Parts: sequence; structure tokens; C-alpha cells
Amino acid sequence: MSDVIDRPMLDQETTAATRLKIIDCDIHPSIHAHSDLNEFLPKRWQQHLKEYGSHLRTPYIGTTPYPRSSPLIARRDAWPPTGGVPGSDLEFMRKQHLDPFDVEFGILQVLDLFIFSQQNLEFGAAIQRAINDWQLAFWAHRDPRLKASILVGQDGSDLGLAEIERCARTGEYIQINVSPRANEPLGRRRYWPIYQRAQELDLPLGIHVGGYGGHAPTGGGWPSYYCEEHQSNAHTVASNLTSLVLEGVPERFPKLKIVFIEGGFGWIPATMWRMDQHFERFRSEVPHLKRKPSEYVKQHFWFTTQPIDEPDEARHLRQLIEWVGIDRLLFSSDYPHWDYDDARYAFKTPLTEAERRKIFNANARAVYKF
Amino acid sequence: MARHIVARTSEIPAGGNKVFGLEGRDIVVFHVNGEFFALLNRCPHEGAPLEKAACVARLTSPEPGIYQRDRVGEMLRCPWHGWEFAMRNGQSWFDPKRFRIRSYPVAVESGAELQKGPYVAETFPVHIEDNYVIVEV
Repeated sequence: MSDVIDRPMLDQETTAATRLKIIDCDIHPSIHAHSDLNEFLPKRWQQHLKEYGSHLRTPYIGTTPYPRSSPLIARRDAWPPTGGVPGSDLEFMRKQHLDPFDVEFGILQVLDLFIFSQQNLEFGAAIQRAINDWQLAFWAHRDPRLKASILVGQDGSDLGLAEIERCARTGEYIQINVSPRANEPLGRRRYWPIYQRAQELDLPLGIHVGGYGGHAPTGGGWPSYYCEEHQSNAHTVASNLTSLVLEGVPERFPKLKIVFIEGGFGWIPATMWRMDQHFERFRSEVPHLKRKPSEYVKQHFWFTTQPIDEPDEARHLRQLIEWVGIDRLLFSSDYPHWDYDDARYAFKTPLTEAERRKIFNANARAVYKF
Repeated sequence: MARHIVARTSEIPAGGNKVFGLEGRDIVVFHVNGEFFALLNRCPHEGAPLEKAACVARLTSPEPGIYQRDRVGEMLRCPWHGWEFAMRNGQSWFDPKRFRIRSYPVAVESGAELQKGPYVAETFPVHIEDNYVIVEV
């Protein structure tokens, strides 16, 4: 390509006037203390939290999934000097991440309290409501750059729909987040009422990897190691993408926008190639699909970039980006977690100014209508 | 290479570190098991500050189920992505040929020795009974 800029990105970054503002699609705020939720959680559920705690769809009964790689899966330099856990101090988040990287908008992704894995659906819904309110009060209202998502568990879809209505009325949320590991593959019809409402409200559906579902995260069963489990995030996203496409969700809801968060993007080309190949052979099994699976992927789905894949040769990352599609990628840092990506150094391949503008800003601006 | 007296040995506690700005670079000096190591305070991967790294042991295994720990406290584990480096020379543990942290020679010299040489500047209040950490940059 003739317009590839091969000078180091650092040179570009030093020119403040031309510096690109970043839209970061994955920032994790944390609850400083459980009591912070009390004002949003009815007494009945506060008491439930104390007496029964979480009842999760996970085989690791009585254990916490942390630490995983590092305490609270966080960068070791992200513990606020004022105390509290990483991601719990807005001032420190501003100083360490939002200000130095010129973050124009940051999309909050809350993982606290195993929000999507609660077996007690009413308790899960109460936690989701509380967290949705807390996102506004503690974050979005205190820093207009930070944007909240409506968290709903799709397995209690009537509760989820009511929560979507309640939050959507405020006009303050920018997407609807559902679980990456629900009871059934995400394309199943039992979840369609949520997708339909998301389409009607013109709110993208956000699916952030992680947490536990009732099923082993790999086709081969439960992993032994964190290293092995972390790898399975990509498989989980790939199987949910496949389910959504092949069960006909984008065909049925043609204006629905779906964003996969924290699944990386290295696996996408092969998944599309394979789906297209199978579609040619098994077309009569899925006559509800009017187009090739890859066409649905390239029109209805977006993917955040972190954790970025790092091939041995930079040109291979470049090819990967082209195969996925430069319009499909949304920059994300995953602040303050251990596998955080630094916007300046994460892409170890040359990008044109136009491409950088799309990945770091314009694509997200279009999806979320900032 | 210029030699810089950066601290008294007692100013960097065992198991701890301290960052110094030397010739425009942030250099972090670690104190491990009575030895001092100086490295550029920046991971070669995405630039994380190594002063926040965990000082860990090297863990090796000849076969599953058998594990050995050595170089206790001498391996740096980057505070972000957990890449491991040998503090002694900055080499990465998983890909020594491609990744390395810039490391600098460190010496510990007594105040008595320093007083004899060219390093007795007015800016360094030398107490000859102390030991000093010297980094070459």
C-alpha cells in the first residue's frame, strides 16, 4: 500500500495538535465497597447477599475465580494510592488512563458480583438493576466521558426486558450487555425478545467474554489451568458468533448491531471461512439464511481489539486486520486488567492515518452514535 | 559510560527498588539477596513500568509433576502482561533472542574508595563508612 506510514507510532503521538482522541470500548470500573450498592439494592436483596451470597453456575464451588494471573486480574500498577481495588477510584483512573491517552469516550464494562452467572434469577436481576444505577451515579454522572451499559441477564428474559425499559427511558445508556455464557447458545429463540427490543431501541448488544456459565468453556471439557481457560475465551466467542449467525439472528433482526468485547479477533477469519464453506454444503438445513454467513458477520458484528493478537511477523497482523475488515474493529484497552493494551504500542504493524482513525475512534463513534 | 552514584545501599531496602532519572532515562535499581541490578524502567513489550514488577523465582520443570525454584527474587514479572525477565542481564525468559530489557552495570563501592577517586563531588555528602550504589550509563 502506498499510503502506509512506516515511521514509529511514537512520532505521531508526540504531536499533540494532531493526536487522535481515543474511544476505549472496554474499561472496568470496580465497586469500592459492597455498601456502595446499598442505596440501589432493596433491603431484601442486601440481606440475601449477606445470608446466601452468590449461587453461581460454576463448578468451583466455594472458591473465587481470583486471583487469576495477578491479584484481581489487575495491572500491578493499577492499585489506587488512596486504597481500594483497581478500577474503583475515578481520580486515579483519570490520572493513569483517561487523561494521558486522551480518551474521548470510555465504555464501562462491569464484572463485579458475577453479574451474569447468578442462578437465582431474581437476585441476579436485583444486582443488575443496582449496578446499572451505580454506573450512572458513581461514574457516568461524575465524568461525562464514561458511558454505561444496561446489564441484563437473558435467562430471566422478562426481568431483563423490564430492566431494558427502565434504563432506556433515561436515555443515558449506550448499549445492552448480555451474558457471554448463558444457559443456551446465544442464537436460541428464547433470547430473541431481548434482541428485538435492542433493535427497536437502536442500542447495540454488547457481549463481554469471561465469567462462568453452566457449561464447560471448551468442547473438550473444563480446563486445568488459567492459561488454558483464558485461551477458551476465543472459542466461546466463536461458538456464540456461529450460533447467532446460523440461527438467524441478524437475518431476523437486520438492524441489530452486536459487539463482541475482549474476545480478540485472530479467530474471526477462519470462523467466517469455515461457516461459508459449510453453508455451501448444508444450505438446505438452514434455508432461513439468505446470505453467506460471512456477509452477516461483516454487516452486523463488531469486535474490540484487546487482547490483541501478536503474530511473529508484523505483516501477518496487518493481513489479519484486512481479513477481519478495518470497519469491524473497535479499540479497547481492558483497563485496569493485567492484559491491558496500550494504545501506542498494541498494534505492532503499520496503519495508515485513516485506518488509525477508524479503529481508535470512528468505528465506535458510528456504532454507538457518539 | 559515565558512572553515577545513585544511592547509599541502605536507601534501597532488600527486596525493594528505586527509580533514578539518569541521562534522560528512568532507570530502576533493584536490591535482591544483597545484590543490586539496574534496568531501564520500561518493559520492551508495551512499556509498562518495571518498578511495579513482581520479583519472583525462576520456576522450571523437567517433566509434569516435578518443579524446581531457583534464582529466587531475581526474576522480574512485568506488572501488565506477566512477561518474565532475568534481572541479572535483562533477558526475557521465554524468548531471550527477541526481547531484552536494557540493563546497566552496577557496582557497590565504599565511601572510602569513592573519596580517592574522581567521584567526590560537592553534591554527594560522602560519609566514608557508607557503601554506595553506582550505576554506569
